[in-house]
Amino acid sequence: MRQLIGLIPLIPLLSSVCLMLLGSRLPRLWIGLLGVGSVGLAALLTGLTAVDFLANPEPFQLTLWVWMQVGNFAPGVAFYFDGLTLVMMSVITGVGFLIHLFSTEFMEEDKSYARYFAYLNMFVAAMLILVMADNLLLLYLGWEGVGVCSYLLVGFWYQNSANGQAARKAFIVTRIGDTAMALGLFLLFSELGTLNIQALGVAANETWQVGDKLPLIACLLLLAGAVGKSAQLPLHTWLPDAMAGPTPVSALIHAATMVTAGVYLIARTHELYLLAPIAMIAVALVGLTTSLMAAFTALTQRDIKRILAYSTISQIGYMFLALGVGAWSAGVFHLMTHAFFKALLFLGSGAIIHCLHHEHDIFKMGGLRTRMPVTFWSFMIGSAALAALPMTSGFFSKDQILLQAYQVDGIGPWLWLGGLLGALLTAIYSFRLVFVVFFGKANTEPDRDTGWRMALPLSLLCALALFGGWIMLPVAEVFPVASGLHPAHWVEYVSIAVPVVGVVIAYLVFYSGQLPVDGLLNRPSMQSLQRFWHSGWGLDALYDRLFVRPYYALAALLKGEPVDAVYGLIVAINQTLNGWLAEGQSGQMRRYLISMVFGLIVVLAILLGVF
Amino acid sequence: MDGLNIPLSHILLVSSLLFAVGMLGLMMRRNIIFILMSLEVMLNSTALAFVAAGAHWGQPDGQIVFMLILSVAAAEVAVGLGLVLQIQRRFKSLDMDNANRMQG
Amino acid sequence: MLEISLFYIAATVALVATILAMTRANAIHALIYLIVSLLAVAVIFFLIGAPFAAALEIVIYAGAIMVLFVFVIMMLNLGEEGDAREKQWLSPAVWAGPTLLAVILFAELLYIISSVEGPVSTAQVTAKQVGLTLFGPYVLAVEIASMLLLAGLVGSYHLGRRALDRNIHEADARALSESNSNSTSDSNADKGAQ
Repeated sequence: MRQLIGLIPLIPLLSSVCLMLLGSRLPRLWIGLLGVGSVGLAALLTGLTAVDFLANPEPFQLTLWVWMQVGNFAPGVAFYFDGLTLVMMSVITGVGFLIHLFSTEFMEEDKSYARYFAYLNMFVAAMLILVMADNLLLLYLGWEGVGVCSYLLVGFWYQNSANGQAARKAFIVTRIGDTAMALGLFLLFSELGTLNIQALGVAANETWQVGDKLPLIACLLLLAGAVGKSAQLPLHTWLPDAMAGPTPVSALIHAATMVTAGVYLIARTHELYLLAPIAMIAVALVGLTTSLMAAFTALTQRDIKRILAYSTISQIGYMFLALGVGAWSAGVFHLMTHAFFKALLFLGSGAIIHCLHHEHDIFKMGGLRTRMPVTFWSFMIGSAALAALPMTSGFFSKDQILLQAYQVDGIGPWLWLGGLLGALLTAIYSFRLVFVVFFGKANTEPDRDTGWRMALPLSLLCALALFGGWIMLPVAEVFPVASGLHPAHWVEYVSIAVPVVGVVIAYLVFYSGQLPVDGLLNRPSMQSLQRFWHSGWGLDALYDRLFVRPYYALAALLKGEPVDAVYGLIVAINQTLNGWLAEGQSGQMRRYLISMVFGLIVVLAILLGVF
Repeated sequence: MDGLNIPLSHILLVSSLLFAVGMLGLMMRRNIIFILMSLEVMLNSTALAFVAAGAHWGQPDGQIVFMLILSVAAAEVAVGLGLVLQIQRRFKSLDMDNANRMQG
Repeated sequence: MLEISLFYIAATVALVATILAMTRANAIHALIYLIVSLLAVAVIFFLIGAPFAAALEIVIYAGAIMVLFVFVIMMLNLGEEGDAREKQWLSPAVWAGPTLLAVILFAELLYIISSVEGPVSTAQVTAKQVGLTLFGPYVLAVEIASMLLLAGLVGSYHLGRRALDRNIHEADARALSESNSNSTSDSNADKGAQ
């Protein structure tokens, strides 16, 4: 059974290759069957492996072959399987399967049906390689693979140049982080002599002391890679633009799986981070700042997908906060529950967009509650989980994070307070979305409700979002046990109450209008603050000024090829001389003779010593 | 065959003059027949210089080189006159200035 | 004394005949002056003790090569208008520059010759000596000369063939028709553009 895990990434990969080669010739039904079936099969295999693993929870390693051998550096194409891998694989194949199924309806009218599934399957394969890799080099292969697929899928509708722009932005911004991560890998290899993750943990503990400088640098470099991939400050700007892709893609790549790769990376290398407390604090602060920034921004957005994108950034910020405070399993738990409810929300928004003819502005929707009941209930459940209302899946994971953040020495209560503020904002903006879109006056008429291929994934995800909190993660072996201390009860009560308060505020402001905020919002200072939040804290404009425009200016300068001009001068001189000499080639034999005689005279004169 | 002899320098002078005149004709004429004749004059003047030098040393080598020059001249004239016929057929003229297709 | 005066007379004749040959408009006239010049050179050869060379000069140069010229000129069948055109080409504007160059070259040669001293030997170099040397140390040169003459033979045969003539005419006709069709298509395109 365990030998079969090698097949799990292989199946989507083969399907992807088939679709790329034969896609244009297959009928649509076959494309759908191949695309969905391959991921379904991978999910089935994952399930079987999970059953086997849970019965006998012993991590194991499967080496397929040695990738390359250079001296003592011999990374294998090898998979490592433990509880964390199982969680990630279940999320990827399970949620991925549901999203594939959803896509068959969402994309049914698209011309490039096969291309879409080819990319999506390739993404699943790359993501599986990423989480299953037993060494950091193979992980990096998957890491770059998902980056490429993200690029391809964000720019899927490439006929619109804005989408291509967004795809390039996503690719280039994450590339910054990837470069830092590659440097981190180089450092780790040169210092510890291995890239095998398990061996790395052992070697690091033997070589380094807690608080050494080298693990700090390595961890910060890895953090930079994670920040780029997971859209955290300051490299988060690509994610809102990445919403240019099809909505199921946003659900799969930019909410459930790829953007959480950074969280996975840090969780996977937690033994290194334990040696660098400063890096852990940096992780926590990055997460908290990002989550607050993104929550404020989500509050002011109008585009349904951008709201969800900023919400994703904010929730990943929570995961980083969890990792930073050492709540590894809580972070991974939140990763899983977030995958459920955010995929649900994205698919719900996809259903709305699909039925409203690609309308994205939430203020042009409204009153969809009765006309799209399935979508309404999925959104309701998804938002409840996102807002961490009690007994939903989000509640369990977020509650754990906040409690463990509170217990950190020194800055713990402050982290907790920041997290609470974020939770409040999350509740407000998520229910703002619900009230604006589904209640109130109808502005657009949907032509239909969702079909079964959309409704089924939505319902299943609803169940997961509701009850996912009761899943016990099999990661006890992977991570060190959190401190058994439990903070005072009031801390827990406050954590539970804050989201409820947020929902009430949203109800009062956006539904019943009993809390008049228009007067407050219309003040100039509030207006400018709103604009500031809306623009994502002005970071896009700042980067544009700092990096993009100087780069364009440089490119424009180099476009004229100033260095080439020097060589061009040589060419021009030669061409001119050539022109003159060609003039001399008159084809008249007498002229040649005369010049020959002239030359003869000169040579003779030189020989005679006249000159 | 005794008494005053012919100075070598005078023979060479005649040879040089013939050479210069031949070259003048070569540069001056446009008719290919005259160009070939000029070449003959130049070859002949060179031959004269060789024979004179051979006589100066009393050796037969000068005359042998003369014979080589003779065979070169014969071959050259054979090919050259063949070309003359072709040029006449193609250009309907013996003017070498017309045969200027290889200009740059 | 007689020899010396004979030499100067022969030299003068050779020079004058050559200059006249170079400046004639009529090719046959020029050729006859050239033959005179060659005969004069043959006299010089004889005077400086090279009778064999003199004989060759007369037999091959004046006899064979010049007759070849005469044949070709007869084949070309040049008319009176050719003479007029030749005269026109011999204007001072044409010969002034070349003459200057020729004079300079001659001056340089003169400068070289001025250092030469001594008479030529009066002893004859007989045909026997020449023959012995030719087929002794110079036998390789004889082989090379024979190859050269063979090449000249083949070359002149090839150039004189009628078939080559026809090929050239066909190629010319093809090039001509192509350029015509190009120009017509161009003009058609122009019309279309208009």
